[in-house]
Amino acid sequence: MTATPEQKIPFEQWDAPSGEWTLPGACPVRTNRTLLLEAATRFLFPVVLVFSVYLLIVGHYAPGGGFQGGLTAGLAFVLRYIAGGGSEGVEIGSRLRLRPPVLMGTGLLLAMITAFAPVLVGRPVLSSAKVSFLGVEVVSSLLLDVGVYLLIIGVVLDLLRSLGSGIERDAEAGQGERP
Amino acid sequence: MLALVVAHLVVAALLPLVSRRSRRAAFGVAAVLPAATLVWGLANLPAVLGPGPAPSETHVWASALHLEFGFRLDALGVVMIVLVGGLGALILAYSAWYFGKDSRDAPRNSALLLAFAGAMLGLVLADDLLTLYLFWELTSIASFLLVGQGGLHRANRRAAVQALLVTVMGGLAMLLGIVIVGESAGTYRISEIVAAAQQGAGPAGGLAATGIVLILIGALTKSAQFPFHPWLPGAMAAPTPVSAYLHAASMVKAGVVLVGRLSPAFADRSYWWVPIAVLGLVTMLVGGWRALHETDLKRLLAFGTVSQLGFLMVLFGSGDRIGEIAALTMLLAHGLFKAPLFMVVGIVDKVTGTREVGALSGLGRRLPGLAAAATLAAASMAGIPFLLGFLGKEAAFEAFVHDGDWVLALGLLLGSIFTVAYSARFLWGAFATKAGVEATEPRPVVPGLSVPTWIAAFTGLVLGCVPPLTDALARNYAAAYPAEDAVAADYHLALWHGLSLPLLFSAVALIVGATLHLQRARVTGLHTALRHPLSAQRGYEVTVGGIERFAVWVTGRIQAGSLPVYLGVLLLTVLVLPGLALVFGGTLPATVPGYGSLMQLPLGLVIVACAAALTRVRRRFTAVLLVGAIGYAIGGLFVVDGGPDLALAQFLVETLTMVAFVFVLRRLPAHFDAGPRVGRGIQLRKAALATVAGVFVAVAAVVLSGARQEPPAVSGEFVARAPEAGADNVIAAILVDFRALDTVGEITVLLIAAAGTASLVLATRHDKKGKSGRVESGGGTPEHEEEIAG
Repeated sequence: MTATPEQKIPFEQWDAPSGEWTLPGACPVRTNRTLLLEAATRFLFPVVLVFSVYLLIVGHYAPGGGFQGGLTAGLAFVLRYIAGGGSEGVEIGSRLRLRPPVLMGTGLLLAMITAFAPVLVGRPVLSSAKVSFLGVEVVSSLLLDVGVYLLIIGVVLDLLRSLGSGIERDAEAGQGERP
Repeated sequence: MLALVVAHLVVAALLPLVSRRSRRAAFGVAAVLPAATLVWGLANLPAVLGPGPAPSETHVWASALHLEFGFRLDALGVVMIVLVGGLGALILAYSAWYFGKDSRDAPRNSALLLAFAGAMLGLVLADDLLTLYLFWELTSIASFLLVGQGGLHRANRRAAVQALLVTVMGGLAMLLGIVIVGESAGTYRISEIVAAAQQGAGPAGGLAATGIVLILIGALTKSAQFPFHPWLPGAMAAPTPVSAYLHAASMVKAGVVLVGRLSPAFADRSYWWVPIAVLGLVTMLVGGWRALHETDLKRLLAFGTVSQLGFLMVLFGSGDRIGEIAALTMLLAHGLFKAPLFMVVGIVDKVTGTREVGALSGLGRRLPGLAAAATLAAASMAGIPFLLGFLGKEAAFEAFVHDGDWVLALGLLLGSIFTVAYSARFLWGAFATKAGVEATEPRPVVPGLSVPTWIAAFTGLVLGCVPPLTDALARNYAAAYPAEDAVAADYHLALWHGLSLPLLFSAVALIVGATLHLQRARVTGLHTALRHPLSAQRGYEVTVGGIERFAVWVTGRIQAGSLPVYLGVLLLTVLVLPGLALVFGGTLPATVPGYGSLMQLPLGLVIVACAAALTRVRRRFTAVLLVGAIGYAIGGLFVVDGGPDLALAQFLVETLTMVAFVFVLRRLPAHFDAGPRVGRGIQLRKAALATVAGVFVAVAAVVLSGARQEPPAVSGEFVARAPEAGADNVIAAILVDFRALDTVGEITVLLIAAAGTASLVLATRHDKKGKSGRVESGGGTPEHEEEIAG
């Protein structure tokens, strides 16, 4: 029994899988399907996302950072797109309710807010401060990195939307003209 | 003061939340802040008029760049606050009933109008040229959005673009001028520049003169002066409350206000007052003459505004004590009579469905209250006694008659005659009973529309009957100008100055203007006889069309559509410019080590092998894979050389690039030689260019690696200070702290590039959608107004 997102999931079944084992459910062209990749993506996608967040946070102490983390997360979506084929690509936005431009804008906005927030307390633009949070020392410039992270994910999703499904639809519309 | 401005913008951003509940309430909420601004401005009146320094405020926000928000409230500021805050509140209240309950345009308009009010408030309070410029452009953008509306009508889009192009062109010129003037004066503070100039220490020299003229261009475009004026009548495509607020009461005054702010410093310079006087007078006459022939009531008023702005420009640029008193009075008067007149047009449009002079008849009998309000406002415009407009006009005549500036005095008299004539034409067109025209049956007028109109028109009467109120403000403002004699020093606004030449001028203007209106058939005949092909609107169209054609021509020449040609041009440029520098200026380092680490050898070998293989591949897909392999190998080199951050980024970017390549490859031929065969000669030439470029890059890398002369002190500092920035990883410290501005800039570029690419690729899809995206022309028509009413 699978639960579609629209259905209310009973409390006891909170951990029930919410979709098919393989990603898109129905692949438009059955012969194009690569089960191995689809199944692997199923496992890899969340792992890579978590890893990307790790890269984002660890950036202050080791190789990593917002740019690298964002690209990694973006590549996770690329993997889903490739595994799921065109239909998944179209769905990436709708299923996550993320529109790439909004994501990019949020990222830039966050970076800008981080840049200008010090002005409110009378410090120069873009200056950073250390904040002790639950015993962990966090630098406020981490927020700037989060902004970069979100923006890069948005850019990659936008790439999938435009060059991925956009070109696909273009090719479908112009059937036969494709060399 | 900054808090007040920011409050406007914040509430405007939150206003859509209110709109979701009730659209009328949104306008009501929006009206609160401008009303509060008016109260605040009037509460500060004693401080402004008192002997002490004017209330001012400074917020340094980027001390390293010497950037600050500077505000100052003076008499001119108070008058503008009456227009921006007082009329703003009235017009927002009026809008609540003007836009229908279910109008889809209402949420956008309420938020934009309030945001505009905030920007305009910032503009009139600004005492810092750069602060002023910021708000100046914000008002231009607000005007663009408010004129453009939903972008569904061609008329709206054209008018919005024209308004934006003209005012932003002027704004850019002004920015250049501001930088020149600010740098040569050593300060961007308007009050300091004026104070220095009055002591003879103002910015001097040819460069400063250029800067001042550039600022003037900004003021002239914003206030729709000849020959930039056509954007203002065009902007009448906006809903009437927007026209009343932006294009009559407040925004178009920005240029005049700027001239008023800077005139104390520059009024004695010929390159300042000559263009102002000449263009202002021409604007006044052209606008007045055109207003006599418009049949659309709104456009009639728009040309009237153009004419009055010319009048204000002449007065503010006069640099004369009495002239400036007249200027401030007329500034207040114009807002108080033009806004209600626009509101009357809006009501007429709403209750009858038309605003064509030829289609309205007998409205005066059916709507006597509205006709009375309109008459009050129009009488102020015409300069009839007991109204504020009369006080201003008397002072204006006095200023030029007293100085013996007969050209300007007679020019203003002619302009005033036109003003009287088109004021009469407006009343006749809207309310008169016309022979042969069926009497119009209006729907009832709701109080929500008529009460704000009445308040605005009535204020003009009150201020006209009690001159001392305005007189105190006007004299305070004009005190910045030297009084040439006792008469000028002692001039007060008054209803009765005795039998004098200005009174005669006023009487002549009224009588001749009324005659002109009664003889309108002959005047129209004269206008038809004078028809000529020259017009400022045509000038704008020719200019913009020419720029577009030129752009197409240049694109056609440069964008040949051949990738080899582009690459060739790029490589040749690289070879010619840095190549020559390398040949003449570069020296090979004395010792070049063969390799730094043993691991570099196999990686280098992979790169060389892949590059060699690339020249022989036939399939695009293979080529992409090989390029990817080269990228990974270079990433490997970064790892070997101890740059894990760089290597990580390189691997990720390389992967993404390959994916993007593969996406695009789907639309490209599988083989490189699928197209027509090229000749042997061309192939050889390409090969030669590629070889030379490759050799150049390799040699350059070696030469540049030995070009450093100083020890990299900065790098050491970066490492030493990284812990201070809270990062053990020096790369992260550089990216998000030391060079954070670069990072912010880079991600902005990235966003723009991604958005641009996406819109180019996805745009083709929208084109194919066809009918769904309805595009119609005819904005500003009654049907359009109906649509706004919802």
